Amino acid sequence: MTVTAAFFYLFATITIASGFMVIASRNPVQSVLFLILAFVNAAGLFLMMGAEFLAMILVIVYVGAVAVLFLFVVMMLDVDFAALRQGFLQYLPFGALIGIVLLIELIFVVSAYVIDPGLVRAPAVPIPAADVMTNTEALGQVLYTRYFYFFQAAGLILLVAMIGAIVLTLRERVGVRRQDISKQNARTQETAVEVRKVPFRQGI
Amino acid sequence: MEFGDILLAVAIMLGKSLLMLVALLIFIAYALYADRKVWAAVQLRRGPNVVGPWGLLQSFADLLKFVLKEPVIPSSANKGMFLLAPLVMCTLSLAAWAVIPLNAGWAIADINVGILYIFAISSLGVYGVIMGGWASNSKYPFLGALRSAAQMVSYEVSIGFVIVTVLMCAGSLNLSQIVEAQNTSLGILGWYWLPLFPMFVVFFISAMAETNRPPFDLPEAESELVAGYMVEYSSTPYLLFMLGEYVAIMTMCAFGTILFLGGWLSPIPFAPFTWVPGVIWFVLKASFLFILIAMVKALVPRYRYDQLMRLGWKVFLPLSLAMVVIVAGVLMATGLAPGMR
Repeated sequence: MTVTAAFFYLFATITIASGFMVIASRNPVQSVLFLILAFVNAAGLFLMMGAEFLAMILVIVYVGAVAVLFLFVVMMLDVDFAALRQGFLQYLPFGALIGIVLLIELIFVVSAYVIDPGLVRAPAVPIPAADVMTNTEALGQVLYTRYFYFFQAAGLILLVAMIGAIVLTLRERVGVRRQDISKQNARTQETAVEVRKVPFRQGI
Repeated sequence: MEFGDILLAVAIMLGKSLLMLVALLIFIAYALYADRKVWAAVQLRRGPNVVGPWGLLQSFADLLKFVLKEPVIPSSANKGMFLLAPLVMCTLSLAAWAVIPLNAGWAIADINVGILYIFAISSLGVYGVIMGGWASNSKYPFLGALRSAAQMVSYEVSIGFVIVTVLMCAGSLNLSQIVEAQNTSLGILGWYWLPLFPMFVVFFISAMAETNRPPFDLPEAESELVAGYMVEYSSTPYLLFMLGEYVAIMTMCAFGTILFLGGWLSPIPFAPFTWVPGVIWFVLKASFLFILIAMVKALVPRYRYDQLMRLGWKVFLPLSLAMVVIVAGVLMATGLAPGMR
């Protein structure tokens, strides 16, 4: 029990500290790296709750793919800190106002938080114990049956976002010679080489 | 739990990990030697043959040389991250070995989602490369890091689909159970390399691309980028990068052994062959995959970057996606799916 608690506090502390460092560090690349640290520690917290599948998916998707792209973009940006800090005092009241509004909203939301009765009823449906069925298996059993439409909708939203990104960046360029590998492979000796008898002193 | 019990459990775990690490690193030293020997043999050279009998101690001499050299840190580099990058690379690639079962029950941590763990760890390997390239604060390393990030992310997708097809056949995310699922009376013919042969090929090629092995070593292509993200590194940090790379290659060989070559199972399921300890079969199979990868390095010219991306996104991705659908359909139609038997 004590070991579990120790690990919980370790992961939780690092998560919060690195979350703070994301907004506090001056270098944006360091911010992203702290974000990654926060993700990994959140995965550790998931593991401690027994949600091993979620933990691994968090690492694979967020750390392994999303944060890489983030890091990619941030590394290429040439951020000028002097220019960023220029109008700091001028914008401070607006920023503070928005922050306060968000805080009040959050307080309202949390205070009025009611657990969905459907979720309360869900434990009444027997969830198999961890030694009977693994976490992944249990997730698979409900994901494609009970939550099928939500799952499909999520997939559809991602598809639309992907198509949108492709449409926004697609640019037909004319006059560019591209390599067509199937065409290259389809060439035979007959279509590629022509043997000619060249008459002397006349050429072709 | 008593405090003494916890201490004992920790000590046992440490001992196991240390044993695994030492065995793995010695094996890697000889894998490196084998890599150079194969490369030399293909080019009709002799390869390393001076240090020790037949050059067997070459890797250890190289280790000493690297450690004793002076580490150089560029003055404009981001010092902390510059030194952190090789550590990240090496630690992550070694961490994957925590879940690999060398024999029935021989994994340090036999976790339920072992396959996802390896996948996650290998997808984190890109951070060592990006951090190294960025922290060097120099052009070639940065270009190498960008290339490598794009390449590793692309090939992870097809490796993911390969893993999904194997998972559908085995019905488990546990590496030991995946090996046990291949344990049939058919022996070598019952392993997944035969029914899933196209996926085995896709896995083999993607594994090379994922670990930046030639012919996909574009992040460190010496004719274009000098040495890519490793340009500014010297001595021990460089050693850690190289070590991380070779450990990652070995991990992929072990992973391929588990997924497609039946892990520790004997290829011929009769008495004299089943007496051989499983770990020997495992090492033999992983070495076989490694020799194949070494041969590819010697035989195949380097890919061009756009060809690499084309292969990943336009050939492997549709192919593996189609195979996922086909395998799922066949399993359902024939009633061979793990849940239906």
